[in-house]
Amino acid sequence: MKTIFERGAAGRRAFVAPPTEVPETPLAELIPEAARRRTPPRLPQVSEPEIVRHYVNLSKRNFDLDSGFYPLGSCTMKHNPRLHERVAALPGNAKLHPLQEPEASQGALELMWNLGEALAEIAGLPHVSLQPSAGSHGELAGLLLTRAYHEERGERRPKVLTPDTAHGTNPATVTMAGYEVVKVGTSAEGGVDLDDLRAKADAEVACLMLTNPNTLGLFDPNIEEIAAIVHGAGATLYYDGANLNAVMGVTRPGDMGFDIVHFNLHKTFTQPHGGGGPGSGPIAVSERIRPYLMNPRIRRREDGTFDLDPEGYEKSIGRLRGYQGNYGTFVRAYAYICSLGGDGLAEASETAVLNANYLKARLAEVAGERLPAAYERICGHEFCLSGAPMKRALGIATLDLAKRLLDHGYHPPTVYFPLLVEEALLFEPTETETKETLDAFVAAIAAILAEAEEDPEIARTAPHTTPVRRLDEAGAARRPVIRQLLEEDQ
Amino acid sequence: MSRYTAVTDADREAMLGAIGVGSVEELFGAVPAAVRMDRPIALPDGRGEQAVYAHLRELAARNVSTEDEVSFLGAGMYDSYSPALIEMLMERSEFLTPYTPYQPEVSQGGLQVMFEYQTAISELTALPVSNASVYEMPSALAAAGYLAKLANKRSRFVVSRGVHPHARETLRTLARGYGAEVVEVGLADGVTDREAWFAAIDEETAAAFLQQPNFLGVIEDVADLAAVEPITVCACDPQTLGILRPPGESGIEIAVGEGQTLGNRLDFGGPSFGFFAATEEHLRRMPGRIAGETVDADGARGFVLTLQTREQHIRRERATSNICTSQALNALAGVVYLAWLGRRGIVELGELLARRTDFTRRALTALDGVEPLAERPVAREFAVRFPGADLARVEAIAAACRAAGVNPGYPLGRDYPEFEDGLLVALTEQRTRVEIERLVGTLAEVIA
Repeated sequence: MKTIFERGAAGRRAFVAPPTEVPETPLAELIPEAARRRTPPRLPQVSEPEIVRHYVNLSKRNFDLDSGFYPLGSCTMKHNPRLHERVAALPGNAKLHPLQEPEASQGALELMWNLGEALAEIAGLPHVSLQPSAGSHGELAGLLLTRAYHEERGERRPKVLTPDTAHGTNPATVTMAGYEVVKVGTSAEGGVDLDDLRAKADAEVACLMLTNPNTLGLFDPNIEEIAAIVHGAGATLYYDGANLNAVMGVTRPGDMGFDIVHFNLHKTFTQPHGGGGPGSGPIAVSERIRPYLMNPRIRRREDGTFDLDPEGYEKSIGRLRGYQGNYGTFVRAYAYICSLGGDGLAEASETAVLNANYLKARLAEVAGERLPAAYERICGHEFCLSGAPMKRALGIATLDLAKRLLDHGYHPPTVYFPLLVEEALLFEPTETETKETLDAFVAAIAAILAEAEEDPEIARTAPHTTPVRRLDEAGAARRPVIRQLLEEDQ
Repeated sequence: MSRYTAVTDADREAMLGAIGVGSVEELFGAVPAAVRMDRPIALPDGRGEQAVYAHLRELAARNVSTEDEVSFLGAGMYDSYSPALIEMLMERSEFLTPYTPYQPEVSQGGLQVMFEYQTAISELTALPVSNASVYEMPSALAAAGYLAKLANKRSRFVVSRGVHPHARETLRTLARGYGAEVVEVGLADGVTDREAWFAAIDEETAAAFLQQPNFLGVIEDVADLAAVEPITVCACDPQTLGILRPPGESGIEIAVGEGQTLGNRLDFGGPSFGFFAATEEHLRRMPGRIAGETVDADGARGFVLTLQTREQHIRRERATSNICTSQALNALAGVVYLAWLGRRGIVELGELLARRTDFTRRALTALDGVEPLAERPVAREFAVRFPGADLARVEAIAAACRAAGVNPGYPLGRDYPEFEDGLLVALTEQRTRVEIERLVGTLAEVIA
């Protein structure tokens, strides 16, 4: 499809400037020559109807959660209630300036306070900062808090432990926070290798970053011992909340011994994923981490009103971004929590885990030989299969299966992650899906495998029905074309 | 069953049978008793859609929005007009509900939007390389610092106090993590103190940071200040880039900026987006997603996420940034807004802002007891002084104006002890002459 820059014609426009209403002083008298732009940016010249048609047509080239099953592992693609869009768009939210006075933003501050209290209860950790903009931003906050905590004790701890199953953001965050990554192995049962952890958890370790259930979807039953080892070494324990949808109402990161947890409001709490954001990554922390939390901090005053505490946390690491965070995502998450209540959140997790185990059992039934589970255990909200036997027997790789699923109208699971499973497929159905949807998906996988027995080429060259076919990603990286060359450039 | 789940009792029985367990409880058998919750989550009971709407509406009604007062409050986010078509596009399921385009064959819409967005940002900034968005301006500026540190392995940052206070603080927070020092350079006559700037920048300096227009609204001589050896970073107001010399033509290597005014809402501070553009040499150190053009198996044009070996999911601890989820939906608003504004509109909007800002500054500083903070060119925002006032007095003046229905702006003393008597006043295309005159009249009454 043409780009917006390839549409339109010279002189065409959508925007009509409001009347100036003040003297039309020549720009040269207002802006000095050296600071003035000589030629306007070559933005499109298009009419409003052209813009609408262009972007609506583009939208039709996307697969989306409202159209079909999206079992993308570790991403929690659950239903996005439209009520949330409605309340986020209320002028009192959407048109509220971030520097509005506390007296004139009591509703927003109370909402943020209530959300913080709810997240603290869900996490089992008493103090919350809503500020981080995404999960990895929350991770960065967690490690900077860890650093501040150790530094105050006069301790220099240069290392952070991450399991080899960790989300890529964990090790990347470790480096950004000025630490060195030390990998911890995975046991035969799919959990943390305790001997390896004991060997590595020494006085140089600042923190262990863990998600439980982990990225294989397996709850680590040794969590108490893990916490004891980490705390015994004087380090903090960080909970990557990407997988929180597995455990709400069952256990809490705080009860498991974690010091810091981040939430992904765009995963567990229904903020729409937006094609890659906006997200939100609030954190909850234990008492010992509290003094270092980010400012500004919302305070409930004695009279029950709210403000941003001008003093803030006494040893705060500072701020991580502008203003108060992604408030629009707070509105949606808060609406979700109000809708579900504690029991509803627990039911969401129960159902997510039931759906994942059901899908896993049904896939084992029809494809157990070709796509065996990486670990034969009851799973949490997601599970990992290996496509390696399928690849050997049928000559189609995990990627081929994923691409063929597109022809069946499904978004594929996460592929080739976690890294330690050969030809990995990570499925997360969420509580949103009906049994009928899961059954139909199982039938599609079975059909693809049966088809590959006959003619593997169909999957190898899939997809066949999508707006474009397989794309040359290697070529794109070799000769990057990352913006349109406009007429005058060519 | 909540209204967002669908498992009937019959479903559950059949599903548990297929799994081979007797109860849902058994699915959580791996969770040790000692860490189990022994009580329900203590939150108010769930409520129906109408009740939740009513509650959220009641909360929102207690906020004073820009529809409820005449607002000249800016300081980094502005009450700009966003056309209705943007709302419609942002609420389309196909843009609202997918995730990062990991499967390009079914994500061509989102990927092409990223490509168009990158093109628009490159045009605006006159820098050839743009990513597909980061969180917002302050964290974008801090990310530029991290890029500079990776590029030249130095660990000292020099930042003008003309840069937004939140951006300076974010830079400091992150720099402490990897052990970089942040040195601030003060303002003289409303702009970065030239002598102090050049004196502060040495061979250990990784990057030097400016803002255009600066936090006081004043236009800096960017080309002059950018003539230094370290990597230069400038935070730019995108709505003024139709009339102000773009960073890429002023010797700036990395331009960042706040995308809120480009079609996004105020939203009490977010979500908006941060843009991030750079010279070619920084391409492989960029943070965040980048879309690239390619072809499919039939030779048809298509788009993919590219240069992913920079990123956390591939490169892990050697990634150039940890960012994963960014602000794709808000960047969509950004590129649609820029297309709507168009090649002439971006200039006309800039001119409108500059004229109304100049007019308002003249009108306000004509009042007795009000002086300009600096007699220098401004574009969309300016600072005035109330000579002799302390911060408490400025707060009282602002409060009295608000009581009369006019929010006159941001008391500068909250962030700048050196401008304790200052007030920062912002214009947008939505502030009419009648409203400007109301501001002038209200302020005149308040300080009389």
